[in-house]
Amino acid sequence: MIDEARVRAQFPLLKRELHGKPIVYLDSAASSLQPQRVLDAMTNYYEHSHANVHRGVYGTAEEATNLYEGARRAVGSLIGAKHSPQEIVFTKNTTESINLFVGSWGGANLGPGDVVVLSIMEHHANIVPWLVLQERLGFEIRWIQIDAQGELILEDLDTVLAGAKVLSITAMSNVLGTINPIAELAQAAHRHGAIIHVDGAQSVPHLSVDVVDLDIDLMSFSSHKMLGPTGIGVLWARRELLTSMPPFLTGGGMILDVRTDGFIPADGPARFEAGTPPIAEAVGLAEAARFLEELGLEEVRAHEEALTAYALDRLFEAFGDDLVVHGPRNPDRRGGVISFTLGDVHAHDIAQILDSHAVCVRPGHHCAKPLMRHLGVPATARASFGIYNTQADADALVEALRDATKLFA
Amino acid sequence: MADLEELYREIILDHYRSPRNRGELPSPPAQRTEGFNPLCGDEIVVTIELTDGVLTDIKIAGQGCSISQSSASLMSAAVKGKSVEDVHATIDTFKRLMLVHESQLEESDVEPEAVDLKSLGELAALQGVVKFPVRIKCATLGWNTLAQALEEAGA
Repeated sequence: MIDEARVRAQFPLLKRELHGKPIVYLDSAASSLQPQRVLDAMTNYYEHSHANVHRGVYGTAEEATNLYEGARRAVGSLIGAKHSPQEIVFTKNTTESINLFVGSWGGANLGPGDVVVLSIMEHHANIVPWLVLQERLGFEIRWIQIDAQGELILEDLDTVLAGAKVLSITAMSNVLGTINPIAELAQAAHRHGAIIHVDGAQSVPHLSVDVVDLDIDLMSFSSHKMLGPTGIGVLWARRELLTSMPPFLTGGGMILDVRTDGFIPADGPARFEAGTPPIAEAVGLAEAARFLEELGLEEVRAHEEALTAYALDRLFEAFGDDLVVHGPRNPDRRGGVISFTLGDVHAHDIAQILDSHAVCVRPGHHCAKPLMRHLGVPATARASFGIYNTQADADALVEALRDATKLFA
Repeated sequence: MADLEELYREIILDHYRSPRNRGELPSPPAQRTEGFNPLCGDEIVVTIELTDGVLTDIKIAGQGCSISQSSASLMSAAVKGKSVEDVHATIDTFKRLMLVHESQLEESDVEPEAVDLKSLGELAALQGVVKFPVRIKCATLGWNTLAQALEEAGA
């Protein structure tokens, strides 16, 4: 069991007020808050160990290098990676991780006649890089559709995957909350000779993820959605696959040798980490990964699933048919992301009124316009939970929404 | 909450619930221009009919929040039947109303200089928006789209 009071006490931002009221932070799907120990780890690094990595031979430079390289092990341990030092690449965020994968692997492996499979519930980060590369290389993109519950339609999966080289898909929708059957999808992709890349931005902070058990090939995720700082993301890739991928961003730090007529790229993650990396952010991310591992992702999931069930019940109890929640009704099938519309109150107006109650939610299309078009809604309001949220937060959401319906009655 | 009531004045909610001049004019001959707010997904379609230097008809289509939709509705009522010159003047006045610097927000009793609220009529109801800087782009979407439509029509 998660000790709510003990967890909440570790997040300094929860102590502040908005408009004179205690903050109710329900936007963790956009970005999570950070526990004090993550902030302390970064401050401590800057105060005691800061130096550039992989260069100096003096003591603090060695400490900085050890902290940075050690962060790969902390992150790898959280997701069950077998060879963290050779498989964890640090990027700027999930978006850059996917751009790296698409640009490097896609650029080298795709051409006319090839097939890429995505799902209609993808974030723009897992759509636009493919569309850009498609313009250059002319491959086909196929889309896995969803049913009325917001779950993937998998009956014709073998037809969709026939001839595909890669399946790139989210583990958990940032709009619907739908948890996708990644192990099953990985099996199907491999059966057709395709590799599978998983967008783990929403799943890694909230679900127990083991890349070996899932038998996936690559996964992208962001530090700032998993209690870590902004400015650093992760691409995990199977060692053999990563070794086969050409460089993406280029410059210092990613080479073995440079001459006037050419260069030899470095091996391993270094090949993809040109320039001075986000060192303090890696230190913070490592601390966040340790924090999550200590809490236990099974416990995190149990807490958030129970909270999601409670919130859905309270919302439907209060607003009945006026409330439309997109995605699975069953809390078992979804994460703590609740996207909804309420009567004829537009999502922006909902968010504005909730703000006056210090309730923070996100209105809009959530960077998933193909999905929004499919759903036939221009915008939804989205309340999303993190490990620090409680039933009292869900109650505050319901009460603030009552105010919105009153104002627009 | 006082600010919130100032934002969602009755006249704004009325124009949101019952938008005026809703729809699209046949185009051509009408000038049809689309406006987007890529951050939030709001869309406005403005179609205008110009006859002898007068904006003889205007229709508004699209979807979005109460502020973007009511602002476009109020705009359509304010500019319909006006000379192109007067329409330009109204656009300028409205945009000046929205151009309040945050420093001015501190002294809420000071009216923004050089904007004659009386000349704006019902449009003045939108002045509550300036206290919510994030929403100013909602209020100006229709107006920017109209300005673009006039430009595209060479008026």
